[in-house]
Amino acid sequence: MPAVSKGDGMRGLAVFISDIRNCKSKEAEIKRINKELANIRSKFKGDKALDGYSKKKYVCKLLFIFLLGHDIDFGHMEAVNLLSSNKYTEKQIGYLFISVLVNSNSELIRLINNAIKNDLSSRNPTFMCLALHCIANVGSREMAEAFASEIPRILVAGDTMDSVKQSAALCLLRLYKTSPDLVLMGEWTSRVVHLLNDQHMGVVTAAISLITCLSQKNPDEFKTCVSLAVSRLSRIVSSASTDLQDYTYYFVPAPWLSCKLLRLLQCYPPPEDGAVKGRLVECLETILNKAQEPPKSKKVQHSNAKNAILFEAISLIIHYDSEPNLLVRACNQLGQFLQHRETNLRYLALESMCTLASSEFSHEAVKTHIETVINALKTERDVSVRQRAADLLYAMCDRSNAKQIVAEMLSYLETADYSIREEMVLKVAILAEKYAVDYSWYVDTILNLIRIAGDYVSEEVWYRVIQIVINRDDVQGYAAKTVFEALQAPACHENMVKVGGYILGEFGNLIAGDPRSSPLVQFNLLHSKFHLCSVPTRALLLSAYIKFINLFPETKATIQEVLRCDSQIRNSDVELQQRAVEYLKLSSIASTDVLATVLEEMPPFPERESSILAKLKKKKGPGAVSVPELDDKREGGELNGGGDRGPDTAAMSASNAVSRYVLVASSCLFMYIGFVCKNNGVLFENQLLQIGIKSEYRQNLGRMYLFYGNKTSVQFASFTTTVSCPGELQSHILSLNVQTKPVEPLVEGGAQIQQVLNIECLTDFSEAPLLNIKFRYGGALQNLSLKLPVTINKFFQPTEMTSHDFFQRWKQLSQPQQEAQKIFKANHGMDTEVLKAKLLGLGTALLDDVDPNPENYVCAGVIQTKGQQVGCLLRLEPNGQAQMYRLTLRCSKDSVSMRLCELLAQQF
Amino acid sequence: AICRPGGSKCRDLNYIRFILIQNRAGKTRLAKWYMQFDDDEKQKLIEEVHAVVTVRDAKHTNFVEFRNFKIIYRRYAGLYFCICVDVTDNNLAYLEGIHNFVEVLNEYFHNVCELDLVFNFYKVYTVVDEMFLAGEIRETSQTKVLKQLLMLQSLE
Repeated sequence: MPAVSKGDGMRGLAVFISDIRNCKSKEAEIKRINKELANIRSKFKGDKALDGYSKKKYVCKLLFIFLLGHDIDFGHMEAVNLLSSNKYTEKQIGYLFISVLVNSNSELIRLINNAIKNDLSSRNPTFMCLALHCIANVGSREMAEAFASEIPRILVAGDTMDSVKQSAALCLLRLYKTSPDLVLMGEWTSRVVHLLNDQHMGVVTAAISLITCLSQKNPDEFKTCVSLAVSRLSRIVSSASTDLQDYTYYFVPAPWLSCKLLRLLQCYPPPEDGAVKGRLVECLETILNKAQEPPKSKKVQHSNAKNAILFEAISLIIHYDSEPNLLVRACNQLGQFLQHRETNLRYLALESMCTLASSEFSHEAVKTHIETVINALKTERDVSVRQRAADLLYAMCDRSNAKQIVAEMLSYLETADYSIREEMVLKVAILAEKYAVDYSWYVDTILNLIRIAGDYVSEEVWYRVIQIVINRDDVQGYAAKTVFEALQAPACHENMVKVGGYILGEFGNLIAGDPRSSPLVQFNLLHSKFHLCSVPTRALLLSAYIKFINLFPETKATIQEVLRCDSQIRNSDVELQQRAVEYLKLSSIASTDVLATVLEEMPPFPERESSILAKLKKKKGPGAVSVPELDDKREGGELNGGGDRGPDTAAMSASNAVSRYVLVASSCLFMYIGFVCKNNGVLFENQLLQIGIKSEYRQNLGRMYLFYGNKTSVQFASFTTTVSCPGELQSHILSLNVQTKPVEPLVEGGAQIQQVLNIECLTDFSEAPLLNIKFRYGGALQNLSLKLPVTINKFFQPTEMTSHDFFQRWKQLSQPQQEAQKIFKANHGMDTEVLKAKLLGLGTALLDDVDPNPENYVCAGVIQTKGQQVGCLLRLEPNGQAQMYRLTLRCSKDSVSMRLCELLAQQF
Repeated sequence: AICRPGGSKCRDLNYIRFILIQNRAGKTRLAKWYMQFDDDEKQKLIEEVHAVVTVRDAKHTNFVEFRNFKIIYRRYAGLYFCICVDVTDNNLAYLEGIHNFVEVLNEYFHNVCELDLVFNFYKVYTVVDEMFLAGEIRETSQTKVLKQLLMLQSLE
């Protein structure tokens, strides 16, 4: 066959390309390009009309320049002109330019579409293909509008050439992907499906992609494709290696078409028609049989093509998940590949086996390969193969082999690549939790995990071990002992200190009887790590210390001394300082009873989906962790709960419960409560910073002005604030929308800066938004988290009503959950005017002459959220003699009654 | 069992995202995009693919995970032919798809070398469109593709 010589046809282009290649520097190249651009521009602008050849040549040069990475801002018109040329080579360059440099210029699009239209109706197959390829490459909405109805006609017309059909099918597919609403198959459906029977294998190859895509969207309309696909497949599979001539690739008949057919079948359940099903099973058996036959060629192309079909067939077998015999055969075949000398095959076998492991029919067969897989994990050179081996071990894990697999994964972790450590840690943590029969094994495993790969142990993992230890009293003593021993190591990971602090703080008493781990020994051990730890860990340790004072009164003096020393009580970190001050005070003034109540053992965590499983799901997408879910069904997963629990809200709040222990800013809480009934005031103040608030609310909207005052004479640098909303903390459903503008990063000494927050209440909420402030003061990073006093009552609209109306409404809201009631002791004086001011500050209308008892207060209001209005009625009954109140709320939404009742009970 | 997570291929994600031919120095000899990317993104992808592929040796697989996709690639002398597809796509089918394409180029350019792709870049696009269209395999028969290319070659 004649070969193409270099740049034949366009000598000028070849010269230009050579020139560019010969440029010694980037500058020289740019100079040469600019010269050429100037030349082309002058040619295009010149008076002399250019002939088609020159136009083609210059447009092609522009294209080359563009592909080198330079911007092209002219020549589009000339390219469009080329489209209407009668010469193929000119038209081709025109279409290529348009396809590569798509321009949304509407004037041009009209011209381009016109040219395409002409070519589509030209009956010249070459031109039709060019036009179709251009549509397929650009695939814009405008093109779909212009041609989506025309192309199906071309595709099924009896006189359309095969090559045009191929292009039309894929062109239509592209338009369907970009604008599915414009591609209406309706009347064409059956004729398109019947393209599977076309004599020309190329037409089938192209059409099947279109059919597969359409079947996914409209499986019922296209389901006749199943039997057609099976018979086509059957004909290919049973043909001899030379029958299909042009479509035989290295002695394999039509490998790509076979793969596409097998993939189309994966859009459907197994065929219902017994004959079709039988024929298909026969095909699959033949494919499996062929894998055992001696190869017809030693070339890798032969085995690759053959195995491409084999893997696709195995995918289909796994998809059906109903033929135990085929599943086990597939597994045995993959087992052979596990030891193949080709890395590609070992990789693919591991990957494919991973899905086989989740089928109940082949799970046991997969398990027999455990030694080979462990060996792969240890010896494969390519990290991606080792990764697949780890995935497979995870997938084949069950109660019978969990200890072996977890041990192997742990030992692999010691040398594992950094890129996969975090995921490995999560997997080990999940398997350990899932298959823990005795929880001491679980605790050992997780502590080992922290020891080996502490840096990769995310918060979710160590939160989870704490949740489990707290919830299972049979393991608490063992956990305390083990963590105590682990902390003996001279260098231990900070995560170990966190777990140690928490567990000893809660359960240190369980091992205190042993003089080797007496309370003071425990305390000294923990405190020996204190100075090497970060602020959050130190904060946690301080909480552990105060818990020690409660557990072991004999440590009180020692710990108070620690708390009292300057490095604690005057620590530059507000959180640490605050804890030290508060804990010291608490331990000095509170009675033993109060101390015991405040520092009581943490209550069990509600059982919910494992937060680490949720994290792995998030990391890998839903499919990746389907295996343990299967196991849930079979063995009843004890800790993970049901499989598909949707968004990981539960997991998030579980970790919040732990993190609350880690970070408490309690005095701010008091400030925050003060804002329920007022909108302006000082929210926070320490020796560095004062934060003032002014706020106003209308309907479901609010605006809050925050004033940050620098109380020192030194500049605050890198001053940043962020606000996170309750929805972000608790779930994916946002209940408040808070918009902030960033503040100036520098706050001069003595200066005050202002920030505005725009708040929108989307639905009722109970958690307040958090304001986080970070800045540098004299080199030290200050970090502060405050609750913003945005409470649900801020969105009250007062409602005036008569006594009659009030009690009628009151009766309407009589379902038990609509009412919330609290009886509580007065915290403040019971002065009438003060009470009235507070109730008005709440945002409701204070209704006179409604309650028969004039001592009582009744209020009414409507809470405005974006989605709904919640009507609320309130009744406050003071008892002056007993210094008590009874507060009753009835709202049209249960959660609001609860929340308001909690908020208000703290106010009086 | 349809559309079971993880097991099913029942997604409209299965198509080629892009085809790249690069030399060892990272110069692009062909970039064919089947998905919308802006120019900066394309440049980033080109650099990332080069970084990912060139560090691998012959003992490694011909597949690399890449962002949420995977790259199937094969090296011919100094050129890397890379196809980016969905993670659930058939690796070996695309690996041989590359080889089939290379054999066509080899026949068409008579022992193809890197320079042929440089000087005839506009013809390479035609070869690609004959064999791959809209991110799908259009034609696999070398005989048919070459016949069509020679017919086009004879046109003016």
